Amino acid sequence: MQLLRADAALAFDRVSLQLGGRRVLEDVSLAIGTGEFIGLLGPNGAGKTTLMRAALGLVRPARGAIRVLGAPVGRGNPAIGYLPQSRSGLGDLRLNGREVVTSAVDGHRWGLPVGRARARAADRALDLAGAQALADRPLGAMSGGERQRLLIAQALVGEPRILLLDEPLISLDLAHQKATIELVRRLRDELKLTVLFSAHEVNPLIGAIDRVLYLGGGHAALGPIEEVVTAPVLSRLYGMDIEVLRAGGRIFVMAGGYDMEHDEHRHDHGHAHGHDHSHHGHRHDAAL
Amino acid sequence: MATRTATTTAITAIGTMLHYDFMRNAFAAAGIVAAVAGVVGYFVVLRAQAFAGHALSHVGFAGATGALLIGLPPLAGLLVLSVGAGVAMGLLGDRLAQRDLAIGMVLALALGLGLLFVHFYTAGANQATALLFGNVLAVGRATLGWLALLALACLALMAAMARPLVFATLHPELAEAKGVSLRLLGVLFLATVGIAVAEASQIVGVLLVFTLLIGPAATATRLTGRLGAGVLLAAVLALAEAWAGLVLAYYTDWPASSWITLVSVAAYGLSLLPRGRRVAAAAHQHGG
Repeated sequence: MQLLRADAALAFDRVSLQLGGRRVLEDVSLAIGTGEFIGLLGPNGAGKTTLMRAALGLVRPARGAIRVLGAPVGRGNPAIGYLPQSRSGLGDLRLNGREVVTSAVDGHRWGLPVGRARARAADRALDLAGAQALADRPLGAMSGGERQRLLIAQALVGEPRILLLDEPLISLDLAHQKATIELVRRLRDELKLTVLFSAHEVNPLIGAIDRVLYLGGGHAALGPIEEVVTAPVLSRLYGMDIEVLRAGGRIFVMAGGYDMEHDEHRHDHGHAHGHDHSHHGHRHDAAL
Repeated sequence: MATRTATTTAITAIGTMLHYDFMRNAFAAAGIVAAVAGVVGYFVVLRAQAFAGHALSHVGFAGATGALLIGLPPLAGLLVLSVGAGVAMGLLGDRLAQRDLAIGMVLALALGLGLLFVHFYTAGANQATALLFGNVLAVGRATLGWLALLALACLALMAAMARPLVFATLHPELAEAKGVSLRLLGVLFLATVGIAVAEASQIVGVLLVFTLLIGPAATATRLTGRLGAGVLLAAVLALAEAWAGLVLAYYTDWPASSWITLVSVAAYGLSLLPRGRRVAAAAHQHGG
């Protein structure tokens, strides 16, 4: 799919991103079209979270330019809905689902958290995500899948046009992984959203995403799964010999007989519990 | 008939109790402070900063005894140091988040210093006990005025920052992406907690600040998942517990702080029971 940069929902033009003096992305150019569902993959430390934070204006590119919906990137863009990977504020919260979603409605303004318009906006987001049944239950009592659905509702607050979902499948079982992907796909179709969805492995996303954006070694490869998740492309990104095996509709990314993606899945669980949110991108990327 | 007599007796008894100036002052002071502590405490519990609140009160003790030593009112010293410590903790922000040991050491140092100041302030043995465990029956007119003024300041600050505070507490990464300064909110909030702590210390003493700040709020979060209802319930519970403690102290001649603590912990214990049993227990208490 060829796209003019000007029409892109998200465009990177020769962007280099740095984090704590380490180069995460080097001279990367890419364009994601409106309405595309993109799977964001890559080893730990490849810069998946950093790329999202750059699109939010939280990480300034060392070089190059980022454009969001045709305009230069900036902080506090209401057109972007975001589901962060680290959900440090939530813990075993006893507030109910409706409050968790409502708090995101104009949450940046000073004053009391009250008002009809807020309740309506939260209601609409809950409807869209099919999360009304969770509205009156305490967040701390929800299962992983329910919690994820609620947080997707929260990301829909303010009717964004782009969704950045950072590892929404983390610590979900297969059935809930499927349900989450199905929900995101439906939202993309109904609301014509552009979705950037990061994950540890490509398999749950096969058949759902339009293209994959694979990061590694400072480089990025964007294209259909069958063109990107291949031995030559991944060997270049990982900087080592990678084998890609396809069996039974699944893809296995192996290095020296060792399943890369599954190993990383184990690796990352600790990060979901971090308290140090302002530095979380750093820690995530330093964990390679 | 029997109930009417009992009611009349109770009203007469309360009338007698309110005959005394010191009791009227005590009720007013406890009421003002409890309501504020309940409101601020709800957010302390929501943000899981109970330990920080505890530490602020200990730092305040050093301030109060230091003030005595140089001939200033203890409330002034308490206020300055607990608010100052709140600002400092807010500025350190995330770097302090998992530093229980550092907070604990500062807390111990503050108590040690406080003791040293009391040692040099030779007339101070009673003062020290009053500061540590509170002496609500000794609150005078002038102090009452100050407590009311500080209470207003606390409530005004909370009203101004409640919305972004809840947002930043539940979704720190998202709030940051929307341009909310987590640090500014952290500083403002802990400074407000500093004021609330200085207030609560006047009623129950620095060691028992938890009783009014955390107890009612923790109970409220267990009883409702709604934000507004939770804040209101925390304030009402704190008020009821403080006044119940005063009444019990009046009739038993035991220290008011002990009674307030007992009532506060009992209410929390009751809220831990499963819902069905909680209702039964409440009914039982009511009947008996």
